[in-house]
Amino acid sequence: MSEIAPVKRAGIWLWLPLALFVGFFVLVMVGLLRPADRDVASAFVGKPLPAFDLRASIPGRPGLKTADFADGKPRLLNVFASWCIPCIAEAPQLDALARAGVEIHGVAIRDRQEDVQRFLAQNGNPYTRIGADDLRAVQLAIGSSGVPETFVIDGKGVIRHQHIGDIRVEDIPKLLEKLREAGA
Amino acid sequence: MIAELGLAMLWLAAALALLQLAAGAFALSARGRELGGIVRPVAVVQGVLCALSFFALIVLFLRTDLSVKLVATNSHSLKPFVYKLAGTWGNHEGSMLLWVTVMGLAGSFVALFERRLREATMLATLAGQAFVSIGFYAFLLFSSNPFERLPEPAAEGNGLNPLLQDIGLAFHPPTLYLGYVGLSVAFSFAIGALITRDVGPAFARAMRPWVLGAWIFLSLGITAGSYWAYYELGWGGWWFWDPVENASLMPWLAATALLHSASVLAARNALRAWTVMLGVVAFSMSMIGTFLVRSGILTSVHAFAVDPERGSFILALLAIYIGGALALFATRASTITEGARFAPVSRESALVVNNVALSAILGIVLVGTLYPLLTEAFDEKVSVGPPYFNPMGAIFFVPMLVVMAIGPMLRWRGDRAARVSGKLAIPALAAAATALGLVALAPTIKPMPFLGIALAVGLAVASVLPLVGRELKRTPLPTWGMVVAHFGIAVALFGVGSDSAFSTEKLVASRVGETHAVGPWQVTLSDIEPVAGPNWTAIEATMAASHAGGAASELHSQSRNFTSPPLVTSESALLTRWNGQLYAVLGEEADDQRWQLRLWWKPFVPMIWYGGLLIGLGGLLALIGRVAHDVRRLRAEGKIAYRRQRQGR
Amino acid sequence: MTAAIKPKHQRLVLLGIALVALIGAGLLAAWALRNQAAYFYLPKDIVAEPPAPGRAVRLGGMVETGSLKTAPDGVTIDFIVGDDKARVPVRFRGITPDLFVEGSGVVAEGRMQGGTFVADNLLAKHDENYVPREMAEMTAAQAKATVAETR
Repeated sequence: MSEIAPVKRAGIWLWLPLALFVGFFVLVMVGLLRPADRDVASAFVGKPLPAFDLRASIPGRPGLKTADFADGKPRLLNVFASWCIPCIAEAPQLDALARAGVEIHGVAIRDRQEDVQRFLAQNGNPYTRIGADDLRAVQLAIGSSGVPETFVIDGKGVIRHQHIGDIRVEDIPKLLEKLREAGA
Repeated sequence: MIAELGLAMLWLAAALALLQLAAGAFALSARGRELGGIVRPVAVVQGVLCALSFFALIVLFLRTDLSVKLVATNSHSLKPFVYKLAGTWGNHEGSMLLWVTVMGLAGSFVALFERRLREATMLATLAGQAFVSIGFYAFLLFSSNPFERLPEPAAEGNGLNPLLQDIGLAFHPPTLYLGYVGLSVAFSFAIGALITRDVGPAFARAMRPWVLGAWIFLSLGITAGSYWAYYELGWGGWWFWDPVENASLMPWLAATALLHSASVLAARNALRAWTVMLGVVAFSMSMIGTFLVRSGILTSVHAFAVDPERGSFILALLAIYIGGALALFATRASTITEGARFAPVSRESALVVNNVALSAILGIVLVGTLYPLLTEAFDEKVSVGPPYFNPMGAIFFVPMLVVMAIGPMLRWRGDRAARVSGKLAIPALAAAATALGLVALAPTIKPMPFLGIALAVGLAVASVLPLVGRELKRTPLPTWGMVVAHFGIAVALFGVGSDSAFSTEKLVASRVGETHAVGPWQVTLSDIEPVAGPNWTAIEATMAASHAGGAASELHSQSRNFTSPPLVTSESALLTRWNGQLYAVLGEEADDQRWQLRLWWKPFVPMIWYGGLLIGLGGLLALIGRVAHDVRRLRAEGKIAYRRQRQGR
Repeated sequence: MTAAIKPKHQRLVLLGIALVALIGAGLLAAWALRNQAAYFYLPKDIVAEPPAPGRAVRLGGMVETGSLKTAPDGVTIDFIVGDDKARVPVRFRGITPDLFVEGSGVVAEGRMQGGTFVADNLLAKHDENYVPREMAEMTAAQAKATVAETR
């Protein structure tokens, strides 16, 4: 090849792929960050719990109704199921919260009594009350679309915070903080 | 114990990758030259350790060790052996581990056998490979550890999604992964060549087998995925332009372009900057595809099934690798000297047209796939489907097909149109005769299938022309590969055209004993009864199909209920004949003991997948030819070195 | 000019051709996307501002309980998709997806024909592990409806 001098005018075009990629990156970042802004849950925070009255899921614990939340004490409402693996993963964290004096009510989604009993026997039972939600009616009514999810409910029965997915060790301080806020 | 051992080996492999990157980078500078010696051995050991770590995960899955979170979440003790095995990579963590494993082994292979490139370029390539691996190691170790234990072992696993309990799908994702990873090797070669400004035929020849290998796996993976969607979804379609499908198609398009431009670079030392660019783009498409599927940004999965952290992590990797590579390209490409020249009518020009068309199709698919994301930023939700992709793709696909018929006949450097026009008259006549036949026999045919079938016949004839007048035994394997792959495109295109032009469909509610006509077939619903499998129960319809009074064949279609987790799937029944496929799906019980049946007669539809297999076979022939050539050369070089050594004594 | 292009120009010509083709593809794509993308509608949107007849759109909402009727042919179904504000009659000919039941969410692909939404395809992937993205937003309305029905 005779010529070695680069084609100068082409130089600027060589940045075009990078520019296109940056465009792609920005677009995707916007998309990735958006679902967090319009979390399904956010619409329900600040709203009172809907009226419900669930039968007891297992013999040892009473069922759950809206009035159980209206005694002035903030507590957690945990949506779980025996068939859900992340629920096993969060069980130690729920136990830790219960030992710290937090009252936790459970809602078992589409579950059988014997399965729930087996699940609690294996993973511990942090719940004071457990309601059976066979039709997922309560779950959907409080804006939860999966298991596990955990809600902070204040003493008047108003939803103060929604935690989607399993509770990890690092989530505990935030939940305690939210409970304190709800109690104030 | 096995889990801990696997994790330890993964950490060790990650540390070695770091060493490989540091040593390789340092060896490129004047002072650290002696460090270069350790790069190759480190690369080999890194790959082996990673493979052992993956093997540990396989063992955990085969034993159904429910104290491991990943196993408990994705497996079940009742699951058949092969699905336990497939469960290893049928999830996010396992598939990422498979990814780094294949990448590590590929790195080992390059380190052991690649001797064509200058040592500096080689070191830069291996350092690049380590650089890419480190990101994935970090991803695995910090955000998706496959060996994580549960505080308490689970009583029973969560099962694999029954939709994925399918032999085709169990091996489909790893096939695509092998393709993606092959392109990562091409990417590393491109980075290495850019760093040392050493873009030439040697680079193209070193990269080509990896691109070919990746391309074979992608071709087969897409073919298998399409067939899976065809019989498992029960919609009678074979391609839905779903984001997940597009995520596999885009790397294939880029790899196809890269394959062709690399052959120009290898043979003629032209298209240098462009080939390097495509090397970067092809791997970018693999990463973008993985990102789109894994992050759930397009496919919409439930909030806790999609970890935003995961999406962000892949996106960060994407930004570092691709952004970095493109910036490197922008600064270095202008110093890559221009390659050899060629005339407007030449093999090179045809391949340039092929590359431009493939890039345009790639752009169209990418834009269409990302468009819903763009509109969503403005609060408008849309979906983009066949009405966009089909005509837009065809605009560039049709001219590409024409050039595909002509290109292989042209000579390198420059040629005269008159020399080849005589030979090309045969396929042109074949296409014209097919067109006339179609107009006469099926006057109502739509324009797109019409064009597709006519072009398919023309291309099928044209694709074998490069063999005419050659001594077949002495024709090089890569030439055979090209002929077979191009013929495969024609076969697949014929199947596509025939399916969309001549398929007939029947949707009925049928009592047992009733007969329905679909196409040339008479289908009788002979029985409905419950059946049971290892972890499902089903309603099975037995049908008897006969063709023009011939003997009846039996078909079984099922509607399956899986127990863990609860899910219903439909198993379609297929009856394959040389001239097409009869496709039957059982629906629900309508009322008064009538059952919904959906029947299709799809003439020549299997040719779509036969074509896909031929494309893969073509790639394989070319790969065997290239590798055999490389092995012969390596041996010869070894002998020469040996002789020199002896003479030196 | 001879057949062989001047060396200095070849790269520019190639670059030019590639750019023209890619920009052309981009413009074509932009034009086609504006015309061919299927927009997503909630029942209230479709009532307030119906799409042009025959234009492919997607409709997402809840299958109203008690509205599902099968025609005498056994394969055509009529049902009503609603949200908290509006109700749209939908007709579908074919085999319904396995998760399609009254009271659950559905996304229908099809077009409006004289007040009825004629669906070519129904997507009803709504279980514990999967909520179509568009559906996630209407969980509020959906939840209300579900509670109203189950009470």
